[in-house]
Amino acid sequence: MKIVVCAKFVPDATADRRFRSEDNTVDRAGVDGLLSELDEYAVETALTVKENGDAEVTVLTVGPEQAADAVKKGLQMGADAGVHVIDDAIHGSDAVATSLILAKALGKLEADLVVFGMGSTDGGMGVVPAMVAERLGLPAVTLGSEVTVDGSTVKIRRDGDTASDTVEGTLPLVLSVSDQANEPRYPSFKGIMAAKKKPVETWSLADLELSGEQVGQAGAWTEVTEVTARPARTAGTIVADEDGSGAAQLVEFLSTNKFL
Amino acid sequence: MSNVLVLVDHTGGTVRKTTAELLTIARRLGEPVAVYIGEGVQDALPALGQYGATKVIALTDPELTQYLVAPKAEALQQVAAKLEPAAILISSSAEGKEIAARLAVKLDSGLITDAVDVQEGPVTTQSVFAGNYTVQAKVTHGTPIITVKPNAATPEAAETSPEVEEFDVTISDAAKTARITDSKPREATGRPELTEAAIIVSGGRGTGGDFGPVEAFADSLGAAVGASRAAVDSGWYPHAYQVGQTGKTVSPQLYVAAGISGAIQHRAGMQTSKTIVAINKDEEAPIFELVDFGVVGDLHKVLPTATEEVTKRKS
Repeated sequence: MKIVVCAKFVPDATADRRFRSEDNTVDRAGVDGLLSELDEYAVETALTVKENGDAEVTVLTVGPEQAADAVKKGLQMGADAGVHVIDDAIHGSDAVATSLILAKALGKLEADLVVFGMGSTDGGMGVVPAMVAERLGLPAVTLGSEVTVDGSTVKIRRDGDTASDTVEGTLPLVLSVSDQANEPRYPSFKGIMAAKKKPVETWSLADLELSGEQVGQAGAWTEVTEVTARPARTAGTIVADEDGSGAAQLVEFLSTNKFL
Repeated sequence: MSNVLVLVDHTGGTVRKTTAELLTIARRLGEPVAVYIGEGVQDALPALGQYGATKVIALTDPELTQYLVAPKAEALQQVAAKLEPAAILISSSAEGKEIAARLAVKLDSGLITDAVDVQEGPVTTQSVFAGNYTVQAKVTHGTPIITVKPNAATPEAAETSPEVEEFDVTISDAAKTARITDSKPREATGRPELTEAAIIVSGGRGTGGDFGPVEAFADSLGAAVGASRAAVDSGWYPHAYQVGQTGKTVSPQLYVAAGISGAIQHRAGMQTSKTIVAINKDEEAPIFELVDFGVVGDLHKVLPTATEEVTKRKS
C-alpha cells in the first residue's frame, strides 16, 4: 500500500506572524517555520498503519525552499521518502489552488491512502482534504479521532458537536485525523541519521503538468483586500483576592457590564 | 434581486441559531433562498420564514443524509446550477466547511471560510493569526461560497411566508463511497452549545481536575463550559469542550478563563471574545495581558463565592 501524508510548512505560531504589505499574502520570509503541529498526527497515523501491515510512507509538501524542513521532520519520524513541490509561481496560492497542486502530485504518486492533519495551524481553514478528495473523485473520511485500517477498509470515530459517529470508507481514500488520534512520536537519534539517506524528490509545476496561471495569485479565486493589525488591548483591571473580596469585585464588574 | 442560497443547519427540523444569522446576512446580499436537506422541512418553515427566507428548496432524498457530505455538495451544485445564486452561505461547522470545500471545486469558485462578518459585495471579514489581524477578502472567480462563524450577525426578524419547492437531485455512485455506520448522540448537558454561547466559562490546569466550581459558575450565568488543552489532555473534561487552536474557536460576548494560564494555543481560540475575565493564582500568567477584568486568586475560593452572589442577585 502506498500512503502519502500531506504536510504543511507553517510560520511558527509563537512567533510574530505578519502579512506582506505589497500583496497581502503571509510573510513567510521573516518568520521561522516548522511542520504544522497538526500534521504530526497524520505522520503518526501513517507510520502506525505501516507498522501493522505492508506500506510505504511518503511525505508530500508544497511550499518554498524552507518547506523542505517539513519533509525532513516526517522522514526523521520514520517516513520512507519525501516529495517537495517547489516553484516560484506557487506563492500566494489559496486553498483551491493548493488542492489542485496536491491532487496532481497525489495522482503521480498513485497514493492508495492520503492522510492529512485536521487543518493547518496558520490558515486554519481545514478544507484542503475535502477539496483534494473531490478533485481525485475519492471518498473522504475526515477528522478521525480514532482510526483503524483493516485491509482496504478505513474506519474512524469522529466526535462532532452533537454526536459521535463511526464513518467507514474503502481504499483508495482521503483521511484526515484530529489531534486526538494518537501521540506523535519524537524522532530518535537513529531516525534523524537515517533521514539523511532517504530519497527526497523536488518537483516543479512542469513536472505536474500545471502552468503558473493555474496557481499562485493568478490561480487564486479569492483576494485579500485589506489587512488590519488589531490594536493592542488596553490594560484591564486586575485585583488581588488576598482579602477575599475578589469574588464580590468580579460580580460587580459583570453586573456593571450587564452580564447578569 | 439575485438569489442567495443559505444551507439550513438543523437537527431533524429544529433550525439552529446560526441559520437565522445566515438568513440575516443573506438579506444584505440579495433574496435569501433556504436549502433544506433531510426530513422535517414543515417543522423548520416558521423559523425560516421568521428570518426572511423567500423560498425554501427541500431536498428529501434519504441518500443525502446517509453518506456524509459528498452527496450534499452534489445537491447544492445542482441547486446552484438552476438558481444561479449571487452567493452561497454555509455555517462554519466541520460538516459545513467540508461541503463548502467540495462545492468550491465543483463550481470552480472561490471559497472563504470562518467569516465573522459579510457585507454587500460580498466582502467578508475574518479574524486571523489568533485574532491579531483582521482581514477583508472577496471571491474573485465563480460563485462566492462563504462559510460564516456563529455570532457573526444578530438575527433580525423579517417575516415572510416562504413556499416550499421540492427539488429532485441525482446522486452519483462516486459520492456514496463513505458512509456513517453508527451514530451515538452526545449526552445533553442542558447548557448552551459552546460555539454558539454568549457566555463561556472555561477551566484549565488550575482546576486540579475538579470542574465543579467552573460548572456551577457557568450555570449561574447561563453559560457554556469550556476547557483548556491541559485540562482535556489530563482527562478532566471531554475533548469536545476544548477551546483553542486544536479545539473550538469561540467568540462569545463574555469569556471567563478560570485556572488557565493563557498559552498561545488557547489564546488562538478565544482571543476575539468581546469581554475577557480571568481568575488565576499566578499573577504572571499571560492570560492577564488579555483581560478586561482579572482576579489574582484561587478559583476554588473565588468561583463558589461569586456563584452565590450571582444567584442572589438574579433571584
